[in-house]
Amino acid sequence: MIEIRELYKAFGKQEVLKGVNLFINEGEVTAIIGRSGGGKSVLLKHIVGLLKPDRGSILIKGKDITELKGSKLDQLRAEIGVVFQGGALFDSMTVYENVAFPLREKTKLDKGTIYESVLNALKDVGLKGMEYKYPAELSGGMRKRVALARALIGKPKIILFDEPTTGLDPILVRSIHKLIRDTQKQYGFTGLIISHEIPEIFEISDRVAMLHEGKIVEVGTPEEIQKSENIIVKNFIMGIENGGLNEERKS
Amino acid sequence: MSFIFRYIGERVINLWIFLGRMFIFLTEIFFYIFIPPFRFKNLLRQIRFFGNKSMIVVIFTGAFSGMVLALQGFYALNKFGAEALLGPVVALSLIRELGPVLCALMVTGRAGSAITAEIGIMKITEQIDALTVMAVNPMKYVVVPNILAGIITFPLLTAIFNVVGIYGGYLVSVHALGLSEGTYFAQMELYVDMEDIRIGLYKSLSFGLLVTWICTFMGYNSGYGARGVSRATTNAVVLSSVVILLWDYMLGAFLL
Repeated sequence: MIEIRELYKAFGKQEVLKGVNLFINEGEVTAIIGRSGGGKSVLLKHIVGLLKPDRGSILIKGKDITELKGSKLDQLRAEIGVVFQGGALFDSMTVYENVAFPLREKTKLDKGTIYESVLNALKDVGLKGMEYKYPAELSGGMRKRVALARALIGKPKIILFDEPTTGLDPILVRSIHKLIRDTQKQYGFTGLIISHEIPEIFEISDRVAMLHEGKIVEVGTPEEIQKSENIIVKNFIMGIENGGLNEERKS
Repeated sequence: MSFIFRYIGERVINLWIFLGRMFIFLTEIFFYIFIPPFRFKNLLRQIRFFGNKSMIVVIFTGAFSGMVLALQGFYALNKFGAEALLGPVVALSLIRELGPVLCALMVTGRAGSAITAEIGIMKITEQIDALTVMAVNPMKYVVVPNILAGIITFPLLTAIFNVVGIYGGYLVSVHALGLSEGTYFAQMELYVDMEDIRIGLYKSLSFGLLVTWICTFMGYNSGYGARGVSRATTNAVVLSSVVILLWDYMLGAFLL
């Protein structure tokens, strides 16, 4: 479904991605874990064409998004939904207008149909009755739910989640994760979640990839990752800061 | 010694990069103005924001500019007994110079700063990115309506500024300084040509484009965090104000 090949990206002298290779299977939820500042969000922005790589390619359904421009790029983007880190809701619009936005802009559906789809999408994320509130009046968890509803409404084949649970309490983390899992089953999209919620993320992903210093160091099922012998993965999961690595270097 | 050259060189290169990006931004704007879909709703909202909501400030400054012009003009003209020409002095200064310039400065402070901050916040909260990934072009959705609103509203606001200013001058010269009503308006009619009014409106038209161009550019390229947006807003207002005065002189001296 999505194939990332030898992706390189540097900002000035700072190399962020140093040859990322990853294959994301159709209909699965893949999680990318790794430390903050490790290039996870940068990788996500490449997948949706917000950033252009220095080298490498990203094939989505056989088309290289790094080469596409204009209407062809927009066409491919129509199949991708993104849930941004902070939700990226339009703060001058109500919840209803936010969720209806993709339909109003990109389809020719009539008002009644849009109204129904929006209410359904809001019901799916558990926000019935919140249509006429503004994003500023919502809590962090609710905003992420609205963002999810907005991503779901166009029924995209792929949804990318940029740290969907950062800054939420443990109960909300679980409820958002459950929501992602449930909607994934219902809509059948291919999901890519960027997260550092360890160990909760293992419960909802089919595969997990660890991004470390600009490279994918390990890919596997959640069980494989949890049992990994790779010192970087092990330390990350246990929350030890560079422990093993530093010891090795010193000796 | 070499570090001085390096410092100057770096500055010059950065300036060129900045100007280059600004002009690319402008060409993109002109490109997108003519490409459908047209965002009439956004345009109307921005026209209301620029025009309607700047009215009070424009009327207020217009009235006092006209009044003070009459007061000071009378003082100067009185010295060589030419008080009769007070009407044309007030009207010409307002229509040719002060109207477009002061009006543009006021609107920059009120609306220009606001659009920079708004676009800057949209950028740092990823709303611009969200538009892009939903295949809605943010240049067309956010920037172009502001530019068009600026071009449409600046001349109209300037016209209001001028009319209010002339009546402000009338109040002071006729009711406070004792000039006859007929003299004030008759002389004005005699000395103010259509050409003067045209020049004033062209000026305000170009200010409208300049201010919205600078302010949207600054917002679109603002740095991250609260500080990034505040810096962008300050820079937008300062740069717009300086460019207004500079461009006003250039227009007066070389073009119009």
